[in-house]
Amino acid sequence: MEPFKLVRAQNNAAAIAAATSKETKFIAGGTNIIDLMKLYIETPKQLVDITSLNLKQVETQQDGSVKIGALVKNSDLAYHPIITKNYPFLSEALLSGASAQLRNMASVGGNLLQRPRCYYFYDTAFPCNKREPGSGCSALTGFNRNHAVLGTTENCIATHPSDMCVPMAALGATIQVEGAKGTRNIPFDEFYIIPEKIPQYETILKPGELITAVILPHLPFAAKSHYLKVRDRASYEFALTSAAVALDISNGKINASRIALGGVATKPWRSAAAEKVLNGAAANAQTYRAAAEAAMAGAKPHKYNAFKIELAKRTIVRALEAVGGMV
Amino acid sequence: MSDTVGKPIDRVDGRLKVTGGAKYSAEFDIKNMLYGVAVTSNVTKGRIKNINTSIAEKSPGVVGVMTYKNSMQLHSPSSSDPGGGKFAEKDLMPLQNDRIFYDGQIIAVVMAETFEQAEHAATLVKVDYQTEDPIFDLEKNIEKAYKPASASTGSETQVSRGNADDALKTASLKVEQTYTTPVYHHNAMEPHATIALWQGETVMFYDSTQSVAGTKSLMSSMLGVPKEKVRVISYFIGGGFGSKGFSWPNTVLTAMAAKLVNRPVKLVLSRQQMFTTAGRRSQTIQKVSLGADQSGKLSAIKHDNTVESSFVDEFVETAGVATSMIYSSPNVDVSHKLVRLNKVTPCPMRAPGEAPGMYALEVAMDELAYQSKIDPVQLRLVNYAEEEEQKHKKFSSKYLRDCYQKGADLIGWSKRNQQPASMKEGKYLVGYGMATATYPANRSASSAKAVLFADGHAEIMCATQDIGTGTYTIMTQTAADALGLPIEKVIVKLGDSEFPKGANSGGSQVTASVGPAIRAASLGAISKLVTMAVADPKSPLHGQKEVDVTSQNGRIFLAAKPDQGESYTQILSRNNLQKIEAQAITKVSTRQQTEANPAAGGTPEKEIEDESKTNQAVQLDEKLDRKPFSFHSFGAHFVKVLVDPDLGTVRVDKAVAVMDIGTVMNEKTAKNQIMGGMIFGIGMALMEETNYDPNRGRPVTKDLANYLVPVNADMPDFQVEFINKADNIISPIGARGIGEIGITGITAAVNNAIYHATGKRIRELPVTPDKLL
Repeated sequence: MEPFKLVRAQNNAAAIAAATSKETKFIAGGTNIIDLMKLYIETPKQLVDITSLNLKQVETQQDGSVKIGALVKNSDLAYHPIITKNYPFLSEALLSGASAQLRNMASVGGNLLQRPRCYYFYDTAFPCNKREPGSGCSALTGFNRNHAVLGTTENCIATHPSDMCVPMAALGATIQVEGAKGTRNIPFDEFYIIPEKIPQYETILKPGELITAVILPHLPFAAKSHYLKVRDRASYEFALTSAAVALDISNGKINASRIALGGVATKPWRSAAAEKVLNGAAANAQTYRAAAEAAMAGAKPHKYNAFKIELAKRTIVRALEAVGGMV
Repeated sequence: MSDTVGKPIDRVDGRLKVTGGAKYSAEFDIKNMLYGVAVTSNVTKGRIKNINTSIAEKSPGVVGVMTYKNSMQLHSPSSSDPGGGKFAEKDLMPLQNDRIFYDGQIIAVVMAETFEQAEHAATLVKVDYQTEDPIFDLEKNIEKAYKPASASTGSETQVSRGNADDALKTASLKVEQTYTTPVYHHNAMEPHATIALWQGETVMFYDSTQSVAGTKSLMSSMLGVPKEKVRVISYFIGGGFGSKGFSWPNTVLTAMAAKLVNRPVKLVLSRQQMFTTAGRRSQTIQKVSLGADQSGKLSAIKHDNTVESSFVDEFVETAGVATSMIYSSPNVDVSHKLVRLNKVTPCPMRAPGEAPGMYALEVAMDELAYQSKIDPVQLRLVNYAEEEEQKHKKFSSKYLRDCYQKGADLIGWSKRNQQPASMKEGKYLVGYGMATATYPANRSASSAKAVLFADGHAEIMCATQDIGTGTYTIMTQTAADALGLPIEKVIVKLGDSEFPKGANSGGSQVTASVGPAIRAASLGAISKLVTMAVADPKSPLHGQKEVDVTSQNGRIFLAAKPDQGESYTQILSRNNLQKIEAQAITKVSTRQQTEANPAAGGTPEKEIEDESKTNQAVQLDEKLDRKPFSFHSFGAHFVKVLVDPDLGTVRVDKAVAVMDIGTVMNEKTAKNQIMGGMIFGIGMALMEETNYDPNRGRPVTKDLANYLVPVNADMPDFQVEFINKADNIISPIGARGIGEIGITGITAAVNNAIYHATGKRIRELPVTPDKLL
């Protein structure tokens, strides 16, 4: 990797002060940034180790929302009683990601910022707009089986890889960010951007800004939720398609719903269109299929990934059936 | 003789491995050693117009950068380089010129004081290329296919009997289908790794290789150094699966680099580099035609294979290799055609030929079973080959019927309803599938040395190696039995080319080749003791006939009067001897085509004197006429799969293998070997595939996150059983090698089970969820 300087921050202010340059990155679990540095995809001149910061709590706040510190390990969050009880799909999503070893290292903040796993992004021998804006997207005409069908542009079709982010998107979580100018709370959907003018960025996070927490809204019906992930092998593999679903059903009618998709889009993809179909409709197979159709209505396939559109629909239906059948 | 062969003893090197005490090639700490990192090409075909190393050379810690401009000149290895060694790409001697034949080819090596410094400097080597139009797509270049005269594995490429085309015309039942398998990479856990150390004109290697003897011989040829001045050590190997059977550029480059900077150099390939510089399995397009009568009896088998190789060497994936021997049919036609592509040369990969070939043939057989409405097991019994019909030879031993029967019982085959998509468990479709397994039983020349020490322990030396399969363990068992000692008293030393030459670890041949040599050496040492004793007035055996003396439990004694005898240690101490030793060479070869086969045979060793032939048991092994026999192992795979019909996901729920492999040397390591092969085959069936960029032919799935192999969560309930009947023709040990048979057939069994579950026949591997939607 490119030689770099490693500094350790003892508090948020020091971390932020040390990271004002574009050439500085934070490191927590290091499960993604180290790989990227070894492959010369990321070449920071300085890493700021933030593992000493006090951002490791999961706590219920007065309004019932749950604040998750950015340094909470993926494993710890997955098994946290608040999460397993009130947001089971988040626990399922976390446990479906990576391997036990990686989950033990990876932080929540790092998971939010993990970068796409596009083959072409990962190999500096290929042009890639994400690595070198303007150089072109090799995946467009390349081997794009695991690429996105939603939120794509001519600049980039890389899939957002996170499982954790999918239920968080469904929940409409808030990302709390601290910078030199203070703290801001960013709605999950606004935090991530599709690859339009600046394909090199997946989020609106600015240099020197530190994610301090994720806040999950108080959403009682999320206790009946499910994350379904379809992939080429049973573990240690990114999603071909995934769906995070929560339903509020009474007397066979859907009062409210949350639905987000993974594996198919350039960002964690909450589907307002699907929720619109679901809300107020009867909880049955026709509704579920209609929601799935709505969710994938704008999908655009490429040469090797057209199957994802139908697979995603079936994934959505199966996830909805599972939650709809919950007592 | 004691009785340790067959026992499921723990690996003798297990403790060393789990405690980190087993040193692999890259783990030797050599004084003054530099770290080498390879630089690879970024174009698929062309020439290096300019290679600028000046920035890299100035980078901290860099001691040298080797390119074609400053590297030493190599000598061409002969195609029959003795000892099983082969350079994988004979027309591409590394760093000898500016030519690029494939994307990811090694074009420079950077040497620095630390690994990190070398790795960074490698990115600072700037290259300008003059590119040419490459060809890398097999399907698009099919018209360039030609018939290769031979295959470097020694297998025949064009085989026929009768007239398959005519028979197909009149057959009442016919299957004519095309089956494809993609490119695979071996992906041994331990990457290709070498340390090279020159001392004057002598060069020593720590190298991760499946043949220390072959690598020694090859390095001697290429570097122009006399054989006796080359030593290759490979004590522990973290898997090879064929990729370390041939030598790739990394090994010789390490020696060249060490010579250039006059310091020891270590070079380890990165995982990504292993995808472009260390072999792979060829893609295959296999057209299988079966003709049969209404009873399912085959009248014709046709198997036409189109495979690919590189522009720098001809390697043929002989997918049709088992087709002419596995079933009875009067008319057989097997052909192979080859297309040369701008990709790294393919090489043997676990069951080269049989793994993809038995997949296609056994899926075709399944298609015939459904077409003829005959149970797939019954169809195979109807077409059972009582002899090797192509060569008109008897099988040395064959209990395949027993494998079918036992496997069917264990999986519960009788519960199967042959109607596709008829069985369910909850939301899952249930499918049962089966297939035949087979692999040749190779035995080649080997030598070994046995040393009995006065303190009662023994040491065995052989320049073969344990690639993770359990060779150390079963050779300890073999020697213990032959020496009449408990295994605790036997130390087996392998993986050093200074020892008497043993077989290379390829072609499933080590057990059947090295075992008899170790047995012969051990018996030779005992014979020497007996000779001494009967001539020694102080021995209780004085004056007895040697043939009347036998050995067991560390003693030699009269067979008819076990009390009359003495211990090995008594004889040695009385004669003031520290030790007594014997060398042996067994020259039996079960391969007719070629003796110097790099994948599946060694060359007879002429360097050492044999001291075992006075032993009658050794003589019997050597003199047995094996010409009337054909040597093969057999087996049957049965699997149960669960398919999610909505999501297209397949789970192998249970996998049963029953194997006829002769004597089982060690039930534990044997099951381990077969299960490993089955996992490989399940991977082939469901997920494994190297994908290339369609625009430039550079692999894109080239790490263990993107190149999918099955993980623990994919594992079925395995059941591996053995017939365990000795093959007394192949060797007195009765065992046939088992490194490869486990993978053969299992891929078809899974595929057939998926068809049974769903009614969908997917002929293009792997069967990923998208193909079942």
